[in-house]
Amino acid sequence: MFQNLAALPKYRGLVQTLVMRDLTARYRGSVLGFFWSFFNPLLLMAVYTFVFTTIMPGSHPENIQPYGLFFFCGILPWTWFSSSLTESANVLISGGNLIKKVLFPAEVLPIVSVLANLAHFLLGLPILAALLIYYQRPLDPLELLWFPVIILVQFFFTTGLALLLAALTVHFRDIKDILANLLTLWFFSTPIIYSMQMAPENYRWVLNLNPMTHLAISYQEVLFHVGPHGHWKWLLALGAGSIVVFLAGYFVFDRLRDSFAEEV
Amino acid sequence: MTNAIEAVNVTKVYRKYARKKQFATLKSALLSGSLVSELQPDETFEALRGVSFSVPKGCTYGVIGRNGSGKSTLLKCVAGITRPTTGSVVVDGRISALIELGAGFHPEISGRENVFINGIMLGLSKKEIQRRFDEIVEFAELKDFIDAPVKTYSSGMYMRLGFAVAIHVDPDVLLVDEVLAVGDQGFTVKCLDKFAEFRRRNKTILLVTHSLDMVEKFCDQALWLDKGKTHGEGDPKLVVTAYIVDVEKAEERLLAKEEAARVAQAEAPVARDEDSPQPQNPVETEAQADMFKATEGRWGTREVEITSVTVSAADGTPGHVFHTSDPLTLHIRFRAHEPTRDFVFGMGIFNADGFCCYGTNTNIDDLEPDHLSGEGEVRFVVDRLDLVEGTYKFDVAVHKLDGYPYDYHRQLYTIRVKSRQKDVGVYRPPHRWEVTGDVTFRAPGSGFRRGDDDTTR
Repeated sequence: MFQNLAALPKYRGLVQTLVMRDLTARYRGSVLGFFWSFFNPLLLMAVYTFVFTTIMPGSHPENIQPYGLFFFCGILPWTWFSSSLTESANVLISGGNLIKKVLFPAEVLPIVSVLANLAHFLLGLPILAALLIYYQRPLDPLELLWFPVIILVQFFFTTGLALLLAALTVHFRDIKDILANLLTLWFFSTPIIYSMQMAPENYRWVLNLNPMTHLAISYQEVLFHVGPHGHWKWLLALGAGSIVVFLAGYFVFDRLRDSFAEEV
Repeated sequence: MTNAIEAVNVTKVYRKYARKKQFATLKSALLSGSLVSELQPDETFEALRGVSFSVPKGCTYGVIGRNGSGKSTLLKCVAGITRPTTGSVVVDGRISALIELGAGFHPEISGRENVFINGIMLGLSKKEIQRRFDEIVEFAELKDFIDAPVKTYSSGMYMRLGFAVAIHVDPDVLLVDEVLAVGDQGFTVKCLDKFAEFRRRNKTILLVTHSLDMVEKFCDQALWLDKGKTHGEGDPKLVVTAYIVDVEKAEERLLAKEEAARVAQAEAPVARDEDSPQPQNPVETEAQADMFKATEGRWGTREVEITSVTVSAADGTPGHVFHTSDPLTLHIRFRAHEPTRDFVFGMGIFNADGFCCYGTNTNIDDLEPDHLSGEGEVRFVVDRLDLVEGTYKFDVAVHKLDGYPYDYHRQLYTIRVKSRQKDVGVYRPPHRWEVTGDVTFRAPGSGFRRGDDDTTR
C-alpha cells in the first residue's frame, strides 16, 4: 500500500492533464463555458436567499446577516465536497475501459474528480471576494492564513471518502443510488443554511459528530464572522482525523484494486 | 540474449458467480454479515492454467488459439492490467499495449488534446509528445481534423489516431491484440511497415491474432493456447500447422455430430412405416417437384435402401473436412429388399446457399442398369476436388429410370472444404498465371517484410 502511495507523485503530470481535460470538457459546447463555475453557486445562493429572506423572512437571527453571504461561505465548500463524492462513486465504472484496457493507476480517477471540483471551488472564490467587498465585511489577514489549512483538511477528508466510495461502488452499485439521498441528509445536518447557534441545544452533539460541521464553521469563522478564529482546535483535530480517513480510504482502494479490471 | 518477457507458470482464475449479481443487495450483505463470505466466489473459471513462456529481446512472438483459449487474458497479464492469480510475469522495458485503441479518448475535446492526454496515459512526457506530435498526426492521416472534437471522428479515424499514439510511444515491448483491422488497405500496410521497423530496431512484439498468415510470415516464434494451457510452442510454421489440424479435427467432430442428428431425424418418421407390413402411400413423389429447393429430408419407398453414406479421403478414412484439390470418394452403401433391374444411383453437391454445384447419376453417365440385389456399395470417386473453401452438402439417391424414388437423401451429408487460398466463387480450375513483357512478381510472403527491404536499399 505505501509503495503505491509513494508512487502517486509520479502521476502528477497525468493528474494535471486529466484535471485540465475535465475542466475543458465539462463546459465544451455550452455558450457561457467557464462562467458556469461562477454562476452555479451564485444561482444556488439566489434561490436560498430568496426562500429565507422573502418567503420566510425573519427566520434567521441578526448575527448571520447578510444571509446570502453567510450561506455562500458554506455552500461553496459543500458543493466541492458533494460533487466530488458523486463523481467519484461513478468514476471507475465510467472510466471502465481505461482500467480494463490500459495500464493505468486507478486511484488517479477519484483524485482527479476531487481536484477538478477543487478547481471549481477556487473559481468561485472571486465571487466570494466580490460579495465580501460589496457587503464591506472586515477580514483579518492573519485569520485568512487558516483558509488554506481548512482547504487542505477538506481535501484529505474528501479524497479519503472518494477513494472508498469509488472502490466500493465497483462491487456495490447500490451506492450510486443511495449516495444522493445521503448527501442531502448530510447537507441539512451541516450548519450551512443555519448557524450552529440555531440548532437545538440537545442535538448539537449530533452535529458535532459530523466532520463537515467543523469545516463549515471554520469557513464561516474565517470568512464571515468578525473576531478571532475560535474553532481551530476542532479543525486541527479534524485534520488528524482526515489523514486517517484518507489512509483508510486508500487502504480499501488498494485492497480492492485487483478486482477492478474484472468487476467494472 | 536476454528475455524481454518472462512468464512463469501463469494462472489466472476468474470468479464466476452463480447468482447474477455477486451480492443480492448491499443491505442484505451487511445485515447477514456475509460481506466477507460472499466475496468468495461460488465457482471459478481458470482462464490460464500454468502458462510459461519467454520471449527473447527483439523477437516477434505470436499467440494463437481458439476463442476463449485465454489469449487476451495472457496479454492483459503481460501488460500488467490484471495480475495473474499465481505465477509471475516479468517484462523488461517500456510496454505499449495495442489492446483497445483510443481507450482514453474523451469525445468532447479535440484530437490534438486527446493525443496529449492519451500519450501521457501511456507514459510519455509532454515534451516527448510535442516532439512526436507531427509524426503521430501524419501517421494517422488526420491533418485536417486534428482540431475537431473526437466525437465527430468516424470509427476508422478514431482507431487510426489511437493506433498512431500507441505506436509512437516507442515501447521496448509492443503488445498487439488483433488490431490490424484498423483501416483501409493502405493503412494496414503502413501498420505492417511500422511493425517491420520495430523488428529492425530489435524491439520485442507480442502478437495475439487469429490471422495464421500473419503468424507464419511475421513471427519468429509462436505459442498455441488451448483452454488456458500451452498446447504447442516453437517454430510458427509447425505450430500453425498443428493448430490447423486441431481446428479441423474439432470441425470434423462437430460436423459428424450434426450429420448424425440430421440423418436420425430424417430416418425417424419413415422407420415406422417400414415396420407396418403394408406401407400406406409410401411414394411421396410430390417432393420431387421442387428438386432444387434446399430442404433436408429423406423420402422414398425403400425397396432399395441407402443404409449409410460416408465421404472419405484418398486413404479411405471417412471424414468431413477436406482440402481443395484433394481426392474424395463418396461411399453409398445400399440394401435391396428385392432384386431389381431398374435402378439409378445419383448424387448432387450443393454449396451453403443451396446452389447446385454439380449433379449427376449413373444414367446420365451412361451406366446401363442390369442387376441389383442384396447389399453392396457404390462409390462416386473424384480425383481432384476443385472446389473453393466452404461448406457443401450432398444429395444421394437411388431411384428408377423414370424418377420413381426408392430412397432419396436430401442434403443430409455435409463436408467442409478448406483452403489456405482465399479465392472466391465455387470452382477452382487447376490454373496458373503466365506473363509476357516487363512484368515480374515478388516471391510469396515478402510483402510482409517490405520494411526490411527498404533498409537494404
